[in-house]
Amino acid sequence: MSNDATPKTETAATTEAVEAPVVDPNAVSVTLNGRTIQARKGELIIDAAERAGEYIPRFCYHHRMDPVGMCRMCLVEADSGRGPQITVSCMVQVAPDMKISTESPTVKRMQEGVLELLLINHPLDCPVCDKGGECPLQDQAYSHGPGESRYLEEKRHFAKPIPISDIVLLDRERCILCDRCTRFADEVAGDPLIHFNSRGNNTHITTFPDEPFSSYFSGNTVQICPVGALTATPYRFKARPWDLTSSESTCTTCSVGCRTVVHSSHDQVVRTMGVDSDPVNWGWLCDRGRFNFQSGNSEQRLTAPGVRGGDDQLHEVAWNDAIGAAAGLIREALDAGGPQSIAVLGGARGTNEDAFAWARLAHDVIGTANVSAQLGDGLPVGVLSLPRATIDDAAKAATVILLGPDLKEELPVLYLRLRHAAVKGTTKIIELTPRPSGMTRYAWKSIAYEPGTQVGVVHQLLADEQIAKQLGSGPVVIVVGRANLAESSAATVAALSELRAALNGATVLPVLRRGNVVGATLLGMRPGVDGRDSRAALRAAAEGRIECLVLVGSDPLSDFPDRDLARRALAGARRIISVDTFLSPSTALADVVLPAAAANEKAGTTTNIEGRVTVVSERVTPKGLSRPDWMIAAELASALGTDLGFASVDEVLVSINELNDSYTDVTAAALAATPDGVRVGAVPIDPINPPTVALGDRNAYDYRLVVTRKLYDAAINTAQSPALAPLAVGERVHVHPLDGERIGVAAGGDVKVFTPRTSVIMQLAYDDSVVRGTAWVPFNQPGGSVGELIDVDSPVTDVRIEVIR
Amino acid sequence: MSELRGDTYPHAPGFVAGDRPQIVTSRFRYEDSHTLQRYLDTGGYQGLRAALAKTPTEVHDDVKRATVLGRGGAGFPAGVKWGLTPQGKFPRYLVVNGDESEPGTYKDRLLMERDPHQLIEGCLIACYAAGLSQCFLYIRGEMALAQERVATALNDAYAAGYVGKNILGSDLSVDIVLHWGAGAYVVGEETALIESLEGNRGMPRLKPPFFPAAIGLYGMPTIVNNVETLANLPWLATNGVDAYLAIGTPTSPGTRMVCVSGHVRRPGVYEMINGTTTFRDLIYGDEFCGGIRDGRELKAFVPGGGSAPWFTPEQLDIPFEGKLAGAAGSMLGSGAVMVMDETTDIPAAALTLTNFYAHESCGKCTPCREGGTWLQRLLTRVVNGQGTQADLDQIFEVGTSICPGDFPHASSEKLGLEAVPFPYKMTTICFVGPSAYAPLNSALVLFPEEFQARLKKRISIPVTGVNG
Repeated sequence: MSNDATPKTETAATTEAVEAPVVDPNAVSVTLNGRTIQARKGELIIDAAERAGEYIPRFCYHHRMDPVGMCRMCLVEADSGRGPQITVSCMVQVAPDMKISTESPTVKRMQEGVLELLLINHPLDCPVCDKGGECPLQDQAYSHGPGESRYLEEKRHFAKPIPISDIVLLDRERCILCDRCTRFADEVAGDPLIHFNSRGNNTHITTFPDEPFSSYFSGNTVQICPVGALTATPYRFKARPWDLTSSESTCTTCSVGCRTVVHSSHDQVVRTMGVDSDPVNWGWLCDRGRFNFQSGNSEQRLTAPGVRGGDDQLHEVAWNDAIGAAAGLIREALDAGGPQSIAVLGGARGTNEDAFAWARLAHDVIGTANVSAQLGDGLPVGVLSLPRATIDDAAKAATVILLGPDLKEELPVLYLRLRHAAVKGTTKIIELTPRPSGMTRYAWKSIAYEPGTQVGVVHQLLADEQIAKQLGSGPVVIVVGRANLAESSAATVAALSELRAALNGATVLPVLRRGNVVGATLLGMRPGVDGRDSRAALRAAAEGRIECLVLVGSDPLSDFPDRDLARRALAGARRIISVDTFLSPSTALADVVLPAAAANEKAGTTTNIEGRVTVVSERVTPKGLSRPDWMIAAELASALGTDLGFASVDEVLVSINELNDSYTDVTAAALAATPDGVRVGAVPIDPINPPTVALGDRNAYDYRLVVTRKLYDAAINTAQSPALAPLAVGERVHVHPLDGERIGVAAGGDVKVFTPRTSVIMQLAYDDSVVRGTAWVPFNQPGGSVGELIDVDSPVTDVRIEVIR
Repeated sequence: MSELRGDTYPHAPGFVAGDRPQIVTSRFRYEDSHTLQRYLDTGGYQGLRAALAKTPTEVHDDVKRATVLGRGGAGFPAGVKWGLTPQGKFPRYLVVNGDESEPGTYKDRLLMERDPHQLIEGCLIACYAAGLSQCFLYIRGEMALAQERVATALNDAYAAGYVGKNILGSDLSVDIVLHWGAGAYVVGEETALIESLEGNRGMPRLKPPFFPAAIGLYGMPTIVNNVETLANLPWLATNGVDAYLAIGTPTSPGTRMVCVSGHVRRPGVYEMINGTTTFRDLIYGDEFCGGIRDGRELKAFVPGGGSAPWFTPEQLDIPFEGKLAGAAGSMLGSGAVMVMDETTDIPAAALTLTNFYAHESCGKCTPCREGGTWLQRLLTRVVNGQGTQADLDQIFEVGTSICPGDFPHASSEKLGLEAVPFPYKMTTICFVGPSAYAPLNSALVLFPEEFQARLKKRISIPVTGVNG
């Protein structure tokens, strides 16, 4: 250790210092139960004590939320020179030379008193309570309670349980009124839909009349509830904590990469909980990520390989036969049209190992350059080569420019992090959006634009004196993604280039949404030299130039914005091989169907939007005969005469590490040492050429189409999760009420929406948040047909909306 | 007794004037004391003019030197409170606590009903002296007449240029905003009042770490003062510090409004000299209550609002001096004296008060929310003759969970008890929790025999042979 005056980090301070101690300006020396400990300036007593190994019992305190001092469990005695004072350790900060006692007779008496009082109205139905066994109230009653109750009166009674949303149930008798769920809803999620009602001994949590607690984040309240008052339907009465086995993993529902712990019982996943990863999710999860494990247990899962027979039906076959059939189709295609007649689409839903193995198979074994992990709803892969920001960078930046999708709908926990930064006033958010988003309320500036006009809006933005001043005041992070599926990415990419040219040093956080799209792309699931991306590959297929289309966990019919092209492509491809967990609309058309292991059924790693590589774990055995994608790729390669050189998932990681420059720091040892993950750098791939956007004026009678994703849609893992499937909003075309009057159809009526190519019938909805002259339709809703309207070849989509005659 | 009431009891329970110096009640004798005209005719807004002639610092120093004690309950000097605001943080607010709801207290109500302009003038002087930019007047929801009178007075004062921009041609600009409460006792606590003003549920905030003077209404520095405290300022500004200090004692100068209720011949609000007047003067003095009704004996009295531990005749000679009352085991609180004569059912009286505080708990702190109701149930059983010794013991146990350590109580020669001085320690944020226990503890400690007599009797059932 050097003698220079550099302030020590925490780890340095705890290592054995032999040389002269360096004074840390942020250290505060306090006495805890007679021994001297080093706390940090501004640290709460409860945190300082915990770091020093002294756990102060608590119920209401949660370190990711503002303290309230409500439960009174954490009372200690602290002496700052005026004698021992009863002090709420979750609200009072350490002060120099403070003498803190957490075990004096007074403190013990207070703890016993508070616990006895908390328990007098608690039903003590631990034997039938889901929380029993992992319950802070139960645990702390044992560790700090008086041991027995002297309460002889009738306990408080409420009707129980009452549903406060479609997923969450509330048992007010168990509730100890700690204010955690209500604070979460208000402070963290920004959905203040639950609150205290009545007062004194009658105080209880409730929703507002006719307004359920329909938050995208409601599951977090169940996780942070210190008793069994809040339960969620997917886990309710499913298991007891002591029967669960668990492993840490990463959620791959979207690309934020929230750390989770997955619990299983009898080889079935029963719940997912958030893990507090400081750089990523702070312990929070969205409800989709938390509850869509249900789809893994679905009876609809593909459990055996299938090959289409002469009767045009899929028949179950053995793995060897299926691999043989698939290899046969690939060989036929190679013979018929060469490697470029084969396209491999997908890989973004699997692990890094899956993507790497498939990329090796596609590029090195088959030799095709037609590879893509994106499905026409992302950005050119070149955005991954731009100077990359982390989530923390964005949450600490002076300014964040949002030029992408509604984060609340697509990357919900990133929304929570940026919302927190905006609410705490540390970051100003400038939002460019085709329609108001979840972030609009918190944005410093929210600029609504008509699709296609992004570049002009950016010019206006940069010319504004006030905005320019703000942009010059500190680091700028540009969060970029596809805000609208009914327009090409060209205008967004051009606007990004303009912003980067004007803002020297601004970093970019690309918000491509599919779970491992970044990892898959970096590891080779991207077009090779002169290769086709997904749009070009599908177009080639539609034109009959693709002999074999390989779908690796991708469903163009549902996810590709232009459904007409997807349909023609799947019809035009001579052969289709699909690796999937469900018989999705696209997989149903395949000649060979290979069942894949789903999330929680395979080990490996994943890469989030920041390039952070974390571990995903195999919690349960793969359903039926399904196998991890990487294994299928290796067997297929083997059947085609090439040994990819790995026989276990660990060996794939070794290969990744050896063969990819950006993954040189990613080793099993490094991942084991840092649960928060190892970041890979930006990779210089395919620099972006700023496109020129040629855009005709919108006809005054047309509506420019805005199509965005909602959190709950017809995505297979949502649709196959009983708790989530009913939450999809359904497809309607939303217009501004004034435009609605112009159309002449009342809200709720059916209208015909048509483009030069086709027309569909949709229900009309009035929504005064829709920009006039635009029409908004949520994408991929159950039974939806908006994909029919989108033409990927035109920069924007203008539609006419008319009365059905 | 009844003829005494007829003369002096226009609005029951009302104000009883006497032959004493009057600082805040001098206009109460007029039927139209609440009008601007009467106020101006009787020296109104002269204090404001006098204050504006000085610098704000001088006015602030005057208030500090006069030691104007807070009249809300805690008795903290107003001048010192004003000095606690951090430098250079604006805007800063004055919040007037007119949510008077302590059982037995009704002085602020009279001040707002009978002399609203005096309060408004006091607010303006405080804003000038402490550099406050806006004033919020929070009036208890149930006080309909006070709300009406203050609103009218405020409109008149705005129209006459006493409130608003450039008051009386000076640089002082202050807006006063009225706000009606919604009926929660706890909102009389200053941080809960601030929460309520902000539109939140009326629940106290923890202090420390942050007192309202530093982080208050809307996160800005805020001074919360009681109505009576502010009502003292016009007189002080008009007549000067020395005249103020000439009344009362150096530590408790000026006068003080005391509300007497219960078994006295003449209950009412009295403005009496602070620091020197004793409880005996107040209860037995001819110029005050005139003794116990029907010539009975005094049994006990509450010296400072429903949440204060009780005194007995042994403490009658204690003067209205905070330190002395504290040493004797209680507090002067909000200035409400409740007198109980020898016919009083002590357990029932304690239950009445405990019921109130258990009902008014806001539900935030566990000990108050759960403990208050538990105490209420235990005591109800005892009062109903179904209690046991275990219930009495449990009352002390629950009390200890709310207030660890010895709870303050008065001395008792008869029982050989030494006084335990004020204050108590508490596990709750505000005083509502301990308040549920205070009357009960006093009653149990000072009158144990009355509780013993109420306990469930063991009835011996004669044992007879199997065959009868």
